[in-house]
Amino acid sequence: MNAECTFEEYQKGLAEDKLLGVLCADCNAVTVPPQAVCCKCGSQKLSAKELGKTATLKSYTVIRIAPDGMNPPYIVALAETDDGPWVMGNLVGLDPEKADIELIGKKISISSQEVKGDIYAIGDIRALTFNLQ
Amino acid sequence: MREVAILGVAMTKFGNSERTNMEMFAEAGLEAINNSNIEAKELEALFFGNCLGTFEEGQMHMAAFAHSALGMRMSAPSTRFEGACATATVAVRHAALLVGAGVYDMVIAGGAERTTAMGTPLATRTFAMGCQAQYETPLGITFPGVFGMAAHMYSKKYGIPIKELKRNMAEVSVKNHFHGAKNPKAHFKKEISVEKVLSGAFIADPLQLLDCCPFSDGAAAVVVASADKAKQLVDKPIYIAGTGQAAAGPLYHQQDLTRVIAREVSMKGAYKQAGIGPQDIDVCELHDCFTIAEIMAIESMGFYEFGKGYDAAAKGETRLGGKIVVNPSGGLKSKGHPIGATGAAQVTEIVEQLRGESGSRQVEGAKIGLVDTLGGDFGTVCNIILRS
Ligand SMILES: [Zn+2]
Repeated sequence: MNAECTFEEYQKGLAEDKLLGVLCADCNAVTVPPQAVCCKCGSQKLSAKELGKTATLKSYTVIRIAPDGMNPPYIVALAETDDGPWVMGNLVGLDPEKADIELIGKKISISSQEVKGDIYAIGDIRALTFNLQ
Repeated sequence: MREVAILGVAMTKFGNSERTNMEMFAEAGLEAINNSNIEAKELEALFFGNCLGTFEEGQMHMAAFAHSALGMRMSAPSTRFEGACATATVAVRHAALLVGAGVYDMVIAGGAERTTAMGTPLATRTFAMGCQAQYETPLGITFPGVFGMAAHMYSKKYGIPIKELKRNMAEVSVKNHFHGAKNPKAHFKKEISVEKVLSGAFIADPLQLLDCCPFSDGAAAVVVASADKAKQLVDKPIYIAGTGQAAAGPLYHQQDLTRVIAREVSMKGAYKQAGIGPQDIDVCELHDCFTIAEIMAIESMGFYEFGKGYDAAAKGETRLGGKIVVNPSGGLKSKGHPIGATGAAQVTEIVEQLRGESGSRQVEGAKIGLVDTLGGDFGTVCNIILRS
């Protein structure tokens, strides 16, 4: 089991405003969040890597009917980091009613916020947030 | 692998049920057994699908009780399958694989789900458990949200204005309700209009209420046997020509949400095993959990080029009488979606279509049919090609 960067370390990184992943020695791909193998080629030859926190928004939705415990409306989005891998996060700092298709392609910066875990979750989790640049 | 066939099939009416998972499964299972002209004691194994029994009824380990509810022999093993919404298709496929391999001669596969007892907030929370629990679920993503993101990406990628895309998505819902209105087992047995779809409450932009399939209760079951055995027992065995299954990780690894890569891989395997291509499919039951999902599916299956399938329903090409009839049962949208049973109900519809037993929604002369089921946020796809 590769432990170049564990879930706990990734979480701690987010609390310190760092986005941590792993870099593949075989194909050079970056995998984030970290896991034991490269997400592109499956290699186990990985080292910890801090990513830049800028990305391009690739798609979004406004959640209006939410799971128990969430407060809609809110925006969930996918973004392609400048380092390559894609990440999912909540687009914050924008009124969900103002979200439209023109968001796709916009540059964002990545940060995080703590989400309270419910009785099913493993605990409180720092989840990614996106802000329009 | 030896040839494998389906004998009896059955499903309960889908909708809101007061009955337990076991009662619903017993209804479908016993009907499938009776339709196969056999007794439960002749079955050598049960492949049972259920996703959320723990939350629905406080019942884990439902497979063993489902086995007992059918009156099967103690020596016949019973195993629970869970692949989110693709659960029962995966169960049927594994039944077919083990019969094909000669481990068993005759088995039963299917599933049951009772989602409505949970209510929408808990049901939405438990469905979201099908997304990645540490990196996706805490964001409050839902399945409608996943397909909402896919729809926005589709609009942008192919340069189809969202308003135009939404109108065409609504046509998918209208078409599936048109079919479902002819299906006595459907959850929503009624026709709807494009205007009605476009005036519904927003669930996850750009998806509105009638872009989304319902939470449903129901069960379905199919008896699977070696072709030799099937020929002795029923007049019209339906043969399993090919199957496929594939898995994919979290959405942020899949990236292009307009393409369900797992489906492309699964379909390639199923077509190859069956020795056919998309042009040979007469009828298809596919995973229209959301309207955009049907558009994406008909492209991945090769019925349409990528970016060209969005107006198929509007043109009537996927409607009864069209060039490729998609979801004559009403699909997940109108027939309903009890997630642990859905795949077996899709197989039930295709088997009945290939036997010419589908009444007013019969696809005339259908000889080859395709089942397609997608689980989670594109994490599991399972396909089964059937022929008469
Ligand atoms: Zn690699």
